Amino acid sequence: MDVSNSSIVISNTESIPGRNIVEFYGVVTGNTVRAKHVGRDIMAGLKNIVGGELRGYTELLQDSRNEATDRMVEQAKSMGANAVVNVRFATSSISQGAAELFAYGTAVRVA
Amino acid sequence: MALRSESHDMEGTVENVNLFFNYGLPLLLLVAAYFIGSFIEKRHFASIRKREDKLHGYPVVSFDTMPDDWQVSSSDMVTGSIVISLDYFKRVIAGLRGLIGGRIKTYEPLLERARREALLRMTESAREQGYDAVFNVRLETSRLANAARDGKGTAGVEMLAFGTAVKFASRFG
Repeated sequence: MDVSNSSIVISNTESIPGRNIVEFYGVVTGNTVRAKHVGRDIMAGLKNIVGGELRGYTELLQDSRNEATDRMVEQAKSMGANAVVNVRFATSSISQGAAELFAYGTAVRVA
Repeated sequence: MALRSESHDMEGTVENVNLFFNYGLPLLLLVAAYFIGSFIEKRHFASIRKREDKLHGYPVVSFDTMPDDWQVSSSDMVTGSIVISLDYFKRVIAGLRGLIGGRIKTYEPLLERARREALLRMTESAREQGYDAVFNVRLETSRLANAARDGKGTAGVEMLAFGTAVKFASRFG
C-alpha cells in the first residue's frame, strides 16, 4: 500500500514489531464512499459475461481504500500519534452503484 | 392469394428474429461464456501457480505475533486485492444449483483463485518494497453488488489480503 505519510507506521498487529507503545490516543477512522464510473461499469458488465478479474473495480477499490487509510492516518497525525496499530478494513455496498470503504485502527505513540 | 402468403412469410421472419433474440442469443452467449470463461480460468490458475513457485520460501504467516527469532528493523502494512466475477455460464449453473441446494462447485474455483491472487499480490508488493516476510495475514471477502437470481447483474466478489510486512535486522538473529 502506498501511504504517502511515511512518518506514520501502520500495522494490523497489536503493536509495531520491534518497538514499544508508550501512549494510546484512541480509535482513528477514515472512510470514503465511491460510486462506479459509468464507462467502467459498462466494461465490467461485458467482462461479467466471460468472467475473470474486473480490473476497473479492483483499481477503484484499491484507490478508495488508500484514501480511507490516508484519512485515518491524517486523523492519527493530528492527535500527535506516530503509529496506527490493529488496523482493520470494512467494505459495505450502500446502494447498487456505491460502496463505502472504511479503515480503522488505534492511534499510538511508539518508541 | 399471393399477397397473403407474402405477409405470412414476413410474419414468419419476424417470429424467427424474435425466437433468435429470446432463445438463440442467450444460448449463444452461454456457449461463448463457457469456452472463454474456462480458458480465462485455466490461464489464471497457470499464472498463479507460476508466481507462487517464484515466491516459494518467502515467509507469509497468519500468526498474530512474530516468531521469537525474528529481529525486525522496520515494518509496514501491505495489501493485495482483486475483484473477480464468474462467467455467465457458471452463474446460470450456480443459479440452477441454488434451486435444489447442495454444493455449488462452480463458485469454488472462483473464490480459490481470487484468494490466491490477493495473497500473491500482497506478497509481491511486500517483496518489491524490500521486506523479508509478512505476518498476521488476514483475508476478507466482500460481495460487491447484487447478483440477481437469473444470472444477470454483477456477480463481483472482492478479496482482500493484508498483513504486516517486516524487514529483518539480521535474518534469524
